[in-house]
Amino acid sequence: MYLYDDLDRTLVAERVADFRDQVGRRLSGELTEDEFKPLRLMNGVYLQLHAYMLRISIPYGTLSSAQLRKLAHVARTYDRGYGHFTTRTNIQFHWIKLEQLPNAMADLASVGMHGMQTSGNNVRNVTTDQWAGVAPDEIEDPRIYAEVIRQHVTLHPEFSFMPRKFKIAVGSAAHDRAALRIHDLALRLHRNGAGELGFEVMVGGGLGRTPFLAKTIKPFLLKRDVLSYVEAVLRTYNQFGRRDNIWKARIKILVHDLGAEAFAKEVETEWRTIKDGPLALDNAVFAEIAGRFRYPDYVPLDDAPRALAEARRADRAFDVWFGNSVTNHKVPGYCIVTLSLKPEGGTPGDATAEQMDAIADLADRYSFGEIRVGHEQNLTLPHVAQRDLPALWRKLADIGVATPNVNLISDIISCPGLDYCSLANARSIPIAQQIASRFRDRNLARELGRLHINISGCINACGHHHVGHIGILGVEKNGEEFYQITLGGKADEDAKLGTLIGPAVPFAQVADVVEDIAAAYVELRERPDELFIDTVQRTGVEPFKERVYATR
Amino acid sequence: MTSPLDQKIKITGPVVVTANRVGDGAVVYRRADGGWSTRLPEAAVTSNVATAREFIAAAVADDLRAVGPYIAPVKLTADGGVQPGNLRELIRLGGPTIDLPVTF
Ligand code: SF4
Repeated sequence: MYLYDDLDRTLVAERVADFRDQVGRRLSGELTEDEFKPLRLMNGVYLQLHAYMLRISIPYGTLSSAQLRKLAHVARTYDRGYGHFTTRTNIQFHWIKLEQLPNAMADLASVGMHGMQTSGNNVRNVTTDQWAGVAPDEIEDPRIYAEVIRQHVTLHPEFSFMPRKFKIAVGSAAHDRAALRIHDLALRLHRNGAGELGFEVMVGGGLGRTPFLAKTIKPFLLKRDVLSYVEAVLRTYNQFGRRDNIWKARIKILVHDLGAEAFAKEVETEWRTIKDGPLALDNAVFAEIAGRFRYPDYVPLDDAPRALAEARRADRAFDVWFGNSVTNHKVPGYCIVTLSLKPEGGTPGDATAEQMDAIADLADRYSFGEIRVGHEQNLTLPHVAQRDLPALWRKLADIGVATPNVNLISDIISCPGLDYCSLANARSIPIAQQIASRFRDRNLARELGRLHINISGCINACGHHHVGHIGILGVEKNGEEFYQITLGGKADEDAKLGTLIGPAVPFAQVADVVEDIAAAYVELRERPDELFIDTVQRTGVEPFKERVYATR
Repeated sequence: MTSPLDQKIKITGPVVVTANRVGDGAVVYRRADGGWSTRLPEAAVTSNVATAREFIAAAVADDLRAVGPYIAPVKLTADGGVQPGNLRELIRLGGPTIDLPVTF
């Protein structure tokens, strides 16, 4: 956990007071909507189809149990008893009332939470690996650098009115769990030939109407230079990014139009003027920030304790869940547990107030009070003693977050779509539910292995459909919902954009199409352990396309 | 964004003016008496461009009570009832088409 200081607390408290005043003036008629809208958006308050929506930032996806309990309280007191975890590791409340928002925000502020920079043309929540700090394959905790950046860009006047929003991700593990290449700016910590630590800098990634994967503009940047370089990228974008056309305003368009090399040159020119100034960071700064991350007092424990092996032998359901949802931890005797927010029939990423409260209690008891949010819209308990797994599993199952489908076909990433979102063309959630129900047979899902489906209700791509192994995009045709299907996208260290397989299919046929694709995969794979995505890469989309459209 | 007043109004059938209520964001429909109602059957319906323009102008001026007014299609039933004219409006009126998470 990161401990906020007085500066953070004061800033959040002052913002609540300002917003209370602004809401009062809006309700009394002193402010028009035109005047009020930018103020509410600065605090993460959107207007959706049915109500206002409050988006709350969860920096680098890390939550304390106290924060999660407060989110439960907000869900129960001001909303309809649930919240929605997003692909940017934030949480949204979809039924919030403007009149009650200042109180909700004050409650959130009491645990250091807020909606600042969850909207608007500024630097949004810096995201990272949900296993940061505990993954065996990471070099250093990437949240330290995410936090350095967060502090620098929070309410930074120069970066509050950029051409468009700006999303940054930081990773430091061999395996990319932060979807680095789909970000405006991504930093990957690694060692160079001389053994020094530094970052690969990637810019210009993003999905939406014109999807691009980020391009590497600097293969190695010393740690001391991370902030000055980020500043140089932001400045270059701020200066040259287009402001005349919202569809061409993201940095990905600038990088594409200029070319990555020319863009990098501009950044270097800017960077040279600031790199040895106050933004050059020495190790003391990193140490200070790292020191504010509190790591648990792990106790020495046996790895793979006998009791665990016995529990796995004794209970098949436990064993299946263990195989699916539990991952190695860097400390012996501990493990990382993923909580599936994708129960059959549920909405991907939704959690009720009761679930949040119960998870907060379980985190206190079994995970040193810490919870993580991943971009796949699941939660993680990052520090669980392996010997506690059988007891924890029963309690997770009791509250419906132990579905053993993590990374399987029913672990669907989905945006809210037309059921909530005013920008949507089509619904996403019912599509996710239909597919999950079609593959409710757990053996079948396991047999298909790792398979990521991503669904977006419009081209804004909040469901990251371009990088789904199977991507589904809702479009509207003559007032009817249709869905385009892409195959072969992936968001890991070998990121790719999916390929469209053909004409869009109607709402009622999407689950059938996914079934056809799954059947084609089973026939096409060379070995039972050839992953879906590897088969698609080997064969291309043609055989899948033939299968899907043969009878349509 | 273009103000609703500057937008070209194209109407192919009966329409109402809808918006969200300022205080709680609830979906509301403009009534003939200038008030707002959460009940679609109470909405003022027109198929006439000039009247629709009047409705939207009055709604825009009523910024204190309703936010983001626009013209939405409706369907008239044989018995004189009013129903949402498309899926989006159906969802705005009736709520999400999925079961909301239940507390247990
Ligand atoms: S992808 Fe479109 S429909 Fe889905 S949440 Fe984003 S803006 Fe809304």
